[in-house]
Amino acid sequence: MKLDYLDQLESEAIHIMREVAGQFERPALLFSGGKDSITLVHLALKAFRPGKFPFPLVHIDTGHNFQEALDYRDNLAERIGEKLIVRYVEDTIREKKLKEPTGRNATRNGLQTFTLLDAIEEFEFDACIGGARRDEEKARAKERVFSVRDEFGSWDPKRQRPELWNLYNGRIHKGENVRVFPISNWTELDVWNYIRREKIQLPSIYFAHDRELLIRDGKLMATAGGVIKVEADDQLVTRRVRFRTVGDISCTAASESTAETLDAVIDEIQATRISERGETRMDDQLSEAAMEDRKKGGYF
Amino acid sequence: MDLLRFITAGSVDDGKSTLIGRLLYDSKSILADQLEAIERASKSRDDGEIDLALLTDGLRSEREQGITIDVAYRYFQTPARKFIIVDAPGHTQYTRNMVTGASNCQLAIVLVDARHGVAEQTRRHSLIASLLGIPHIVVAVNKMDLVGYSQDVFSDICIHYAELAQKLNVKHVTYIPMSALNGDNVVDRSESMPWYDGQTLLEHLETVEIDDDANLEQGRFPVQYVIRPQTPELHDYRGYAGKITSGQFRKGDSITVFPSGETSTIDAIEIAETHLDEAFTPMSVVLHLATDVDISRGDLIVRSDNQPLSSQTVKAMLCWMDSKEFKVGNKYVLQVGTFRTRCSVREIAYQLNVNTYEQIEGVEQLRLNDLAKVVLRTAQPISFDPYTTNRASGGAILIDETSNVTVGALMLVGEA
Repeated sequence: MKLDYLDQLESEAIHIMREVAGQFERPALLFSGGKDSITLVHLALKAFRPGKFPFPLVHIDTGHNFQEALDYRDNLAERIGEKLIVRYVEDTIREKKLKEPTGRNATRNGLQTFTLLDAIEEFEFDACIGGARRDEEKARAKERVFSVRDEFGSWDPKRQRPELWNLYNGRIHKGENVRVFPISNWTELDVWNYIRREKIQLPSIYFAHDRELLIRDGKLMATAGGVIKVEADDQLVTRRVRFRTVGDISCTAASESTAETLDAVIDEIQATRISERGETRMDDQLSEAAMEDRKKGGYF
Repeated sequence: MDLLRFITAGSVDDGKSTLIGRLLYDSKSILADQLEAIERASKSRDDGEIDLALLTDGLRSEREQGITIDVAYRYFQTPARKFIIVDAPGHTQYTRNMVTGASNCQLAIVLVDARHGVAEQTRRHSLIASLLGIPHIVVAVNKMDLVGYSQDVFSDICIHYAELAQKLNVKHVTYIPMSALNGDNVVDRSESMPWYDGQTLLEHLETVEIDDDANLEQGRFPVQYVIRPQTPELHDYRGYAGKITSGQFRKGDSITVFPSGETSTIDAIEIAETHLDEAFTPMSVVLHLATDVDISRGDLIVRSDNQPLSSQTVKAMLCWMDSKEFKVGNKYVLQVGTFRTRCSVREIAYQLNVNTYEQIEGVEQLRLNDLAKVVLRTAQPISFDPYTTNRASGGAILIDETSNVTVGALMLVGEA
């Protein structure tokens, strides 16, 4: 009697979600409409059906999303009949008079942290489930499954709680919260293989389609919705692409691809020599410790 | 495909990071952009060569000091198996991190520097691997290039380690001579050590038998959460959600609930609303019982034909993980499975010297990273199995009631 590795990972993730349900008063599931958080929702269905989710889905919307992901988000919440809360970075910028980054590769991605921390305070969330994976980035590789954050949402890698066996300690003081990562031990390929096995629907931008893009610093950036300011020396092209991650438009690059099916996408990912974040995320490449520094600042 | 979780332990200069880097590099698990990033970083450091260790040190302060501070997890796969590498720091002051990392592993790689042989750290890491019940140990005799690839040096270390292993509860030990720096016997066979005819490290990792490590005897199901939709159609639905941490359950099995001692029969087993006739560890499932029993989070459902111990006074091996001292009379929260109760410290039977394995009696208090045998009194009876027979139901943690931090790892031994 032996479980296949995908079943083992699934079982571990369900166990972690149920620990959240059992240990916290007011948890939330952070949902962006990307493949990792879509996988989380699928796991939550497995963990809690036929009951309701013991948490709402919460989207921190930078206002710079792909329309396909937003449509998917709204349809999914309606289809499964669970509560969706959306908080807008736009509102935080206005209310708090935040200064938006300017310049050539400006992104609102970093400002998400402010909106997230405000939402945590507004709803008194004591745990936020997120779809981060340890294989994404070297600072993430250090993070616990239950990651305790102080009242500023700050991660202190030197003060992490020991995490033993499958015992998770979610005891916190009021004002603190825990970021919980049920798919910590999954790799990008595991997520795709799971999506294929479970026949999970994804937003169409994950599959090859023709799109107008501009080439910037060697990366293919979407021009959708005018989020990225096209400058005089930018080269506009139309290419057949798909997205390997779906984040904020301003810092998520497309990959040239002809993969129209899950099988084809998985074949491409198995053959690639470039990591997911290396290929698509502009914001991780700002410095050697970019992710670590953002997490210390409260980023999820 | 199956999954192997293994930990790498070794002291600061034994070349642990280089070994992991080599394993990932030679098994082609490093992608081009990650390699470029460490090439850039190696250059800016003026090291000349690519420093494979840079792959594993994820934190700013680790890169600054060139040492590993906390456990990191890395992933790779070959056509044979998927692997989770638990990369634990080697410093004495990070014993607790090694314990954290070792708790879920089926195999430990203990690095030994061929020039120095079995060292204090080797003894400490082996003791922790043994206490945490890791069934497979690989003694990786590294830096063979610095001892002229000498078979005699390797043989001496094997003999020395075998003596040490006799004092420990270690089931399977494998010895591999290697040079992580040059890639000898990590993934590719060494041409410099024709006298070694065993497996390379990767071959061993791919083929080591781990099936028989699972405990299928003791059916244990800590209840995490009760699913009660309370809708008109599902008015009477009451499912107990949890993970089978050991053993197996079948429809129709007689079960006993701890701590109440009430009994019932399994009516249905569900995974995501699909009914199963049987389920086994480590499946996360929903159980339905034939009769109405008062069950909530923290209860333990077991098969009636194999029951755990239940007691308010327990003996345990403890790894103390906090900077505040552990003393007789102190109170903590103890968590075993999903059950939490308060406990107080009755006795420190002895402290274990991690380097000599000597038992030190008359110890008044424990400090960060100390290992000891202790006796605890719990507010309510806890249900458990001895750790040596069941890692899932014999492992417990201590939580500080005021800081909420996890301060101790307990390997439960038995009733006191």
